[in-house]
Amino acid sequence: MNSEKIINCQNVWKLYGNNPEKFINSSEDKSLENIKKNNFIPAVRDANIDVYKGEILVIMGLSGSGKSTLLRCMSKLIDPTEGKVFFQGKSLTDLSQKELIEIRRHKMGMVFQHFALLPHRSVIQNVAFPLEVQGIDRETREERASKVIKLVGLEGREKYYPRELSGGQQQRVGLARSLAVEPEVWFLDEPFSALDPLIRKEMQNEFLKLQSMLHKTIVFITHDFDEAIRLADRIAIMYEGGIVQVGTAEQLITNPATDYVAEFTKDIPRAKLLTLNSLADKSDVNEYSMRLSGSEKIINVSAKILKSESNISITDSNNNIIGSINKDKIIKILFEK
Amino acid sequence: MPRFFSKYKNFLFVLVPFGFLWAIKPLMPSWFFIPPKSCLGGCGSIEGMIPFVGWINTGIKFLKSYEIFGLFTFRELTRSISKGIDSVLNFTEAIFYNGFENLGIEPLPWIMLFGLAIVYGLYLRGWRLALLGGACFFYLALFSLRGIYELSMETLSAIAVSAPLSALIGLLFGIVAAKRKRFHDALWPVLNVLQSLPHFSYLIIVAIFFGVGSKAGVIATIIFAFPPMTRLTILGLKGVSQEIKEAGIMAGCSKWQMLFKVEIPSARSSIMLGINQVIMQCLAMVVIASFIGQKGLGHDLLARLQNLRLGQAFEIGVAVVFIAITLDRFSQAMALKEPERLKEGNFFKRHPFISSSILVILGSVILTFINPFASRIPTEYTISISGQLNSMIKFITTSLFNPLGAFRDFMLVYILMPTKAAFQSLPWIAVIAFVGLIGYRLGKLRLAITVMLFVFFIAASGYWVRALITLYMVCVSLVICALIGIPLGIWASKNDKRTKIVQNICDTFQTFPSFIYLLPAVMLFQISDVSAIFAIVIYSSIPITRYTIFGLRNIPNHIIEASITSGCTERQMLWKVKMPLAFPEILLGLNQTLMFALFMVMIAGFIGTVDLSQEIFRALTFADGGKGLIIGLCVAFIGLTADRLLVAWSDLQKKKLGFIS
Repeated sequence: MNSEKIINCQNVWKLYGNNPEKFINSSEDKSLENIKKNNFIPAVRDANIDVYKGEILVIMGLSGSGKSTLLRCMSKLIDPTEGKVFFQGKSLTDLSQKELIEIRRHKMGMVFQHFALLPHRSVIQNVAFPLEVQGIDRETREERASKVIKLVGLEGREKYYPRELSGGQQQRVGLARSLAVEPEVWFLDEPFSALDPLIRKEMQNEFLKLQSMLHKTIVFITHDFDEAIRLADRIAIMYEGGIVQVGTAEQLITNPATDYVAEFTKDIPRAKLLTLNSLADKSDVNEYSMRLSGSEKIINVSAKILKSESNISITDSNNNIIGSINKDKIIKILFEK
Repeated sequence: MPRFFSKYKNFLFVLVPFGFLWAIKPLMPSWFFIPPKSCLGGCGSIEGMIPFVGWINTGIKFLKSYEIFGLFTFRELTRSISKGIDSVLNFTEAIFYNGFENLGIEPLPWIMLFGLAIVYGLYLRGWRLALLGGACFFYLALFSLRGIYELSMETLSAIAVSAPLSALIGLLFGIVAAKRKRFHDALWPVLNVLQSLPHFSYLIIVAIFFGVGSKAGVIATIIFAFPPMTRLTILGLKGVSQEIKEAGIMAGCSKWQMLFKVEIPSARSSIMLGINQVIMQCLAMVVIASFIGQKGLGHDLLARLQNLRLGQAFEIGVAVVFIAITLDRFSQAMALKEPERLKEGNFFKRHPFISSSILVILGSVILTFINPFASRIPTEYTISISGQLNSMIKFITTSLFNPLGAFRDFMLVYILMPTKAAFQSLPWIAVIAFVGLIGYRLGKLRLAITVMLFVFFIAASGYWVRALITLYMVCVSLVICALIGIPLGIWASKNDKRTKIVQNICDTFQTFPSFIYLLPAVMLFQISDVSAIFAIVIYSSIPITRYTIFGLRNIPNHIIEASITSGCTERQMLWKVKMPLAFPEILLGLNQTLMFALFMVMIAGFIGTVDLSQEIFRALTFADGGKGLIIGLCVAFIGLTADRLLVAWSDLQKKKLGFIS
């Protein structure tokens, strides 16, 4: 990724407990064991991570791993104990309250796990709320809000109150509200976790569709690895407050940094995820009768490969041969763990 | 034997030293038994060990003449506040029953109140609420031969001033307390004391600074009614979910936008419930505030009660209850009302409530020009059944005179007198030791010291003997309430239908302003400890019944299912499963019952008990502010001692059961 950094976290720490600042600044040993021994709860430990323009970064971890806290440090809902978060080059910690409000009013949007809709406001009033607090007049803001409501497929429900909507519909309102100010960065904190599995899938598709139109920079939190794989450009895995590994789904599966990551990725159906590139025997660049592109997902070409008795050449995007593959490898991926 | 010891070690830990101190009493000098007087307040003084009363009165004297910035005295400040209240009150009185004479505007016609109550009832909940509201105003207008309508309007115009002001003050305190922890920590104990202080005790101080009359009544009502509003506001604001607050921040709210657009609306139902509480407290004060000259229903009820004109008192009592129930149900419905989607169509369709209200207002104004019945039912058409009521009451009491008299005498001679004697023989040191030991057993040293200080205050104040009589009345009532309320609660928790019936009865009874309960008590038992305890028991059985039902009905279903599959009979289930699990709630119910009983015992002083309440009434007569306040604090500390201990016990049980961590 060589595009612009939108968010840049440098050595971000968040500990809970009694006077954690002193511990961070004075203690030599900041290992997990020592943090716990001193009765601190490690929410975020020394996180260094960047978010690039237009990407979907999924932060993934089990509950209590600190993913939501890290997200809240990025949006400055929480002050990090130590470290800096830069938003488009400006350090969030050094901004005044007024400047922060300005950034939130124009550049950030956030979606919450339990929707966080205001119960006393109708759908359109909820969606128009971020515009209302900016002081935009009623007509303009409701016009803009109706456009977003249409975008998330809730046309006709503008006058409904949240209690009259299903969970999926409520979260659509949440999505619409966060998009109403046309933010540059879109924070989503486990937005689909509270929904039924079928609705969740539908919402994920909806989300991808929206992103294909809007091209936002997205930080998405989830504890569901399947969801992460479906949505992410890059995945960051957190464990007890630390970022264990950042990479594409394929990188995490083929090169897990720790046993923890490996354990996570173990049950993932590889064939769906891996491309031929990751399996190709790079030492064999002979020309075989069949050629396949290295960027193909294994699941899509496995039938072809299994039918072929001989090896198959793998090509890069310029159709140059970069390696080969045979059906033994495919059988291994498809049927063995 | 050792098993007995280990099983009851907690009880023995408390009871053995207590019993010992009681037993050695004959061997000890009198200071061991009754708190000694000291010479702190001058050796001739009638006060106790520490002259609290004198201190307070000196303070009051100082405040009276204290000049703020050398410009005006504190009393001038308070008097000008009451002047302000007075002019607002004149305004509401003009609206409700005086009319604006110089403008030639008549007061609101009764038919308009009647119509608005129906429209608003329909809008809030449905025809039953509408019927209640309509019936209330119809009763007030029709049964007005002896002026009930005017009295009610006087009462309503006072509530129309005190309730909004009280709610506003309560809301402001609540908001600041929810935002500033230090303010919260300072305010909380004040609220606790204010809410357990008997009303009479600050009536005197209000009278000293704000004068007497309806304006003073309004001020006393405001002071009395705001604490629950503050509590519910704090509760509501703290209960706003973290996510909602974050959503507000992320939308870019400023501090004020956050408060007014996100937090307060989200805490809306809690705040509205606070308003409901404020209204109910205002009604509770209707009678009490008449002691410092508030006009209206309360004043007349009191006068009739004093002259034992029970039929008329009953008629006024019904009016008070009617207004109380109506205002309660309406404000509750308001709290529960969800915002509704506007219907499509013209103005009438989109705003049915507003448009029909306008119609009612216009219609009733027109009606008053056509027919005088609409503005006020002419006196010759109004009715009063107080004569019939009087003869009915006479008939009941004469025909029941013998059995009731026998019952009363039996209670007095065999139960109440001996119990009273036993309480009066309690050495003060033993009582302090008793609460201290319980406190230590339940909590830590801190709890023990707190409750011991509370009791020491009472002992040192010089009203110890009176306090023991109050304690006796409360304890006897508490036992009777438990004997009524717990079985009733068990019965009611059996199925939904019973629960609903009993809860409805509790709701209705709780709405009655407390003075009302003196009516049947005096009718049946004349003036004696029995009638006081009767009134206390009816009023205070409500919470224990409620909490028993709540405790028994909120046991997790899987536990019930597990005990059924273990083969429990109904009886085993109740005593081995349900009651132990409901026990912490029942304890909280007892705590509430005790608070209600303390509150009622003070009002029962009006019909001649000889405990602290009688002293308060004396203080009221002599405008002795210090005495009133100190006795009030004695009562408050009895309540707070019991409250601390029972809540600690309940929490301990809940922890043991794993309900809370």
